[in-house]
Amino acid sequence: MTSTAQTLNPPAGTNRPAATHRKDRGSGIGGGLLTTLTWVLSIAFFFPVLWMAMTAFKNENQAASNPPTWFFTPTLDQFRAVIDAGAGTFFANSLIATGVSTLLVVLLAVPAAYALAIRPVAKTSDVLFFFMSTKMLPVVAVIMPIYVIAGQLHVLDNIWTLVVLYTAMNLPIAVWMMRSFFQEIPGEVLEAASMDGAGLMRTMRSVLMPMVAPGLAATALICVIFAWNEFFFALNLTASRAATVPIFITSTMTSEGLFLARLSAASLLASLPVIIAGWVAQKQLVRGLSMGAIK
Amino acid sequence: MTTLVDRHNAAQSRRTEPDVAAQRAEAWRRRAPLLPALIFTIIVTQVPFLVTIWYSLRSWNLLRPDGDTFVGLSNYADIFADSTFRGAALNSVLITVACVLFSMLIGIGLALLLDRPFRGRGVARTLLITPFLIMPVAGSMIWAVSMLNPTYGLVNWTIGLVGIDPVDWTSTYPVLSILMALVWQWTPFMMLLVLAGLQAQPKDVLEAAQVDGAGWGRTFTWITLPHLRRYIELGVLLGAIYVVNTFDQIYLMTAGGPGTASANLPFYIYQRAFLGFDIGQAAAMGVVVVIATIIVATFALRLIFRSFEQKD
Repeated sequence: MTSTAQTLNPPAGTNRPAATHRKDRGSGIGGGLLTTLTWVLSIAFFFPVLWMAMTAFKNENQAASNPPTWFFTPTLDQFRAVIDAGAGTFFANSLIATGVSTLLVVLLAVPAAYALAIRPVAKTSDVLFFFMSTKMLPVVAVIMPIYVIAGQLHVLDNIWTLVVLYTAMNLPIAVWMMRSFFQEIPGEVLEAASMDGAGLMRTMRSVLMPMVAPGLAATALICVIFAWNEFFFALNLTASRAATVPIFITSTMTSEGLFLARLSAASLLASLPVIIAGWVAQKQLVRGLSMGAIK
Repeated sequence: MTTLVDRHNAAQSRRTEPDVAAQRAEAWRRRAPLLPALIFTIIVTQVPFLVTIWYSLRSWNLLRPDGDTFVGLSNYADIFADSTFRGAALNSVLITVACVLFSMLIGIGLALLLDRPFRGRGVARTLLITPFLIMPVAGSMIWAVSMLNPTYGLVNWTIGLVGIDPVDWTSTYPVLSILMALVWQWTPFMMLLVLAGLQAQPKDVLEAAQVDGAGWGRTFTWITLPHLRRYIELGVLLGAIYVVNTFDQIYLMTAGGPGTASANLPFYIYQRAFLGFDIGQAAAMGVVVVIATIIVATFALRLIFRSFEQKD
């Protein structure tokens, strides 16, 4: 197989029209049953999320009723309570931790991926192996030194500690993904650029970056998802000042009284940014994730 | 890869003048863009791990002021005598294998269903990927409270409709409850990967198989499945990396309980370190986990890399 042909034809994204060879299975009774089954399963998987969204608009008694309350007059009380409980600080912290760490990951991963894909250094696969193996290092194995060191440096309960850790957490996967995207660029493009006398920075800026922009977006999205959702570091390394949104969700649980509606409202608010980003960018998400399998 | 690498190497070898200094400069120019990421990763991930090894050789309990003495390997001896550690290790393996296996099987099924043309396919896919996008903390709470609560949980209400008595899920079947939340969260991830694989299938091969009279089952077994292998491998690898570190679901749904029945290694080490303040013991467990992970991961990564090389 010539990989030139392969690189010139990027793998079909999800926008490929439905396979014609199986069109006949889309109709008829069998096809109808399969379609029905698909819908039933889709709704079943989505249902817990839908139920969380519904519960967020109930009052506490409706939320914890048996039998469940299916019809009710929606109320915004829970959202008000959540915002009054100081959700803003937690969201601001999450925004900094996610935004800055993703930016740092991109700044570090793009040159590294370039070095690994376009002009491979010696022992490229060893370097990749090292990056991926750090991803396998269980976080629990390093949490104690990090806790103690952060304590000695007086950076416990500091949002910048999370920024550094989230950068390290997402860097391997970003290098892995970006390398795949760089490898898709045909060699002719680079040759043409160097013949025109374009230097490294110029080639990077005006030739390479536009070509890997969609891949970069997919990589950044993955990093955003993992950083926004991270709980373990936040739980152990933050207290009141630097706590992030996942910590806020757990704080809405109380040992006394009902809390389910408020918890659902907080969960909905917390998940919404990533859900919307994922829905909008699902094609890039699929492509980004599957790149590692193609290359 | 014959494209860039080979062309570049060919260009390199055509140069005959052995200018050592220039070669060295070239080597550094190639290496330079890699260094920031490499140095950052080494400092943030490897240095703490070396410190963990140091801690693991000490008897250091924050609750005992006289502590922090060098004890050699005795922490390790204690771990292997600790039946809770063995139980947690077993749970780690069980949860990881079961979650990856079931997520992958259901994911393949859903991907096959979504690969057919039907009206509203995009909407169905959007619904299906949502569990992967939910914050795991929120997902854990949905399952622990809304779904599995013994008095007002929807699961008990549903099984009540067919006359089954309510079950206290998270106390009676803690590992199963955790697995429900995990499989729910990870199935969409596997589905997306497999779906990408299905849609990248060369159409002419499938058509040829159909012309040759191969039925759906044979086409799937002999053409689709081998083509999907790499996607499935990648899903299993990435899934395992993340699932083996599962913490959120256990912390929030069962707190490792009842007793330590549903604790996995990350949760048990967390307990020993942050609730028991036994730094030495917890560090030793961390080191054991890392060694075990390296052994498993080396095999897994080698497998993946070997198939890369074969393909190249």
